[in-house]
Amino acid sequence: MLRNKDLLGIKDLEVSEIMSIINLARLMKQRINNKSLRQQNLKNETLITLFYENSTRTKVSFNMAAWYQGMNVTDLEVATSSMQKGESLIDTAITLDRMGIDYMAIRHEKTGAPHLIAKHVAASIINAGDGANEHPTQSLLDLYTMYEKKGSFEDLNVTIIGDINHSRVARSNVIGLKKLGANVTLAGAGTLLTTGMEALGARVCFDVAEAVSGADVVMGLRIQMERQNSGSFPDLREYSQIYGINEEIFSKAAKDAILMHPAPVNRGVELTPELCDSNISAIDEQVTNGVAVRMAILTLLHDRNKSVLKSSRR
Amino acid sequence: MIRITNGLVINPATNLEEVTDVWVQGEKVVHIGPGNYPSRQVINASGKWVIPGIVDMHVHLREPGFEHKETIATGCLAAARGGITTMCCMPNTNPVIDNECIVEFINSMAKRANGVNVIPVGAITKGLVGDELANIGKMKEFGICGISEDGKTVMDSALMQKAMLYAKGLGLPVFSHAEDMTLIGGAMNAGENALKFGIKGLPRAAEEIIIARDMILAKYTGCHLHICHVSSRGGVELIEFGKSLGISITAETAPHYFTLDDSVLEDYDANKKMNPPLRTADDVIAIKEALQKGIIDAIATDHAPHHYDEKDQPIEDAPFGIIGLETSFALSYTHLFKTGILTAMQLVDKMSTTPAKILGIDKGSIAEGKIADLTIIDVDKQYEINSNDFVSKARNTPFNGMQVNGEVCYTFVKGNIVYKND
Repeated sequence: MLRNKDLLGIKDLEVSEIMSIINLARLMKQRINNKSLRQQNLKNETLITLFYENSTRTKVSFNMAAWYQGMNVTDLEVATSSMQKGESLIDTAITLDRMGIDYMAIRHEKTGAPHLIAKHVAASIINAGDGANEHPTQSLLDLYTMYEKKGSFEDLNVTIIGDINHSRVARSNVIGLKKLGANVTLAGAGTLLTTGMEALGARVCFDVAEAVSGADVVMGLRIQMERQNSGSFPDLREYSQIYGINEEIFSKAAKDAILMHPAPVNRGVELTPELCDSNISAIDEQVTNGVAVRMAILTLLHDRNKSVLKSSRR
Repeated sequence: MIRITNGLVINPATNLEEVTDVWVQGEKVVHIGPGNYPSRQVINASGKWVIPGIVDMHVHLREPGFEHKETIATGCLAAARGGITTMCCMPNTNPVIDNECIVEFINSMAKRANGVNVIPVGAITKGLVGDELANIGKMKEFGICGISEDGKTVMDSALMQKAMLYAKGLGLPVFSHAEDMTLIGGAMNAGENALKFGIKGLPRAAEEIIIARDMILAKYTGCHLHICHVSSRGGVELIEFGKSLGISITAETAPHYFTLDDSVLEDYDANKKMNPPLRTADDVIAIKEALQKGIIDAIATDHAPHHYDEKDQPIEDAPFGIIGLETSFALSYTHLFKTGILTAMQLVDKMSTTPAKILGIDKGSIAEGKIADLTIIDVDKQYEINSNDFVSKARNTPFNGMQVNGEVCYTFVKGNIVYKND
């Protein structure tokens, strides 16, 4: 059961909410690959994706999660919309809201944009990534994947490596994993690891091999190529050789450790292609789990909204 | 085994200062104290100091690129003659030390020299042009001990902050040349004497501004900052303040800043021109006090060789820099120990033990099991500095003809005698 109208961040979720999403996602996962199990449980519900930043998998993942449950979906093409005529974020959201749209999945380059919209509309807002703040649906699919592979979060050692400073995935995951009782280590170049994540309970380490030692889950993060232009490290060659994850470094992880990455991967930069393509990689599984988690989120938000409506009628 | 007998062994790392014997076998010191081991060589160090080899954190070896000034081989000879067993060479070569290939070239040339340890300092930015970070991580893998933009300052504070964060992640100290590059253009200290001599001045503000900025960046990044060649009272005061705040900083000065003031430039001799420049008599007092109080942690030479053709120009045209490897100990001994400013232990600490600590290298201590890098000095020997005796390629020193005490008799590196003057 979810308490709120919107899903804006892992920050706002209780452990029981996270676990109910994960548990429902396990059921939903069966419906993805087995068409006979698919249902029309969200028939007549509408979803719009509102992506102010580029995306492949998150946007399509929301689409599929909706279609597999009988929802009607539309994508607002930001490049060809009235945003280009200078319409404000809030006006755009209110316009869509007044069309009776039930759910909006929003990605925006500015932190807090989904939170701002949520205050102005009746629709349920799902944060699909805001600035360097949070990416809760990605985090939930990561958490689900870890739970599926490892069975428990208690004392699970999770190491996240890469551009921590600019990663909303890292932030959401640290917050979620700490709530669930896991141990989180963050590693990377000094320039990419300055945001004081120790305050959130993570261990900070500048040596990748040391950070990977004994980890049950090793998660690489994408180096955003624009970061190189900002001068945070000398070049990709040095980055990959010192802060990239290769087989030798991965061998220091715990037995049966898994490799994760939110993708898209810069093959040969943060991960070696050999590692990406090996059987320890859960990267492709994460994609399927992403659809399952988003199906669960839509269903749980729907259940929540229905029960609130009922109680207000009563 | 080599037995060094009856010397005054001064070893700050173990707080040892007594007349005793040091036994060297192979690369290592194997025993300190009396003993009865077979020895193939006995060196009588009676009346002499036996100290851990001097660690000079700031040297320009000019190779690659400027071999007419100095080479790694000649620089190493000069170091050995000065009792220096480890030196850090600055990256303003051509090509610049900004990637591991050049680091490995330095390592390779040092291997072919007399055995003195040479540890390269990497550039902060590629080509020392201040645009993007050099390959600091790769250079670390090949043995740099820190990064520096020496001769220049990374004026872009955001880039300097990135350098500190990146270096901190790699466990490297950042060296600050500490000069505001918008305040350059002179040839000596700006002030009364510059006016008197009609020479364009370099203001102390240039040093103080960057010391302050870099300390502030060190405070917020947590990176270790080492301030190079402190020359001014204002610089000293800032460092004292920074240390009082608990910022991770150390500082070095060079012998010329506690021995000479800017009045000596009256003869327009370019061999007295260096950067930062000689300051006033008051600054000299401040530097000495700072050494005594521990505000300045280390003595380095900023050995900066130039060809005489380059120095034989009008002072405003001649390049900055003087050599120092062969005069450093004698000047420090004469002007700091004999005058009572520093004790023997403090002097050795600032020339060897503390520099090693700042660099994070296992040097600067004579103790059982340690590599035998050590120097034997006839401290009572008085002589006149004669630049014609120098083994450096260069002669650009302001100290020619000066009376000093303290002559190096033996220099050992890894148990080998690399210099001997009986």
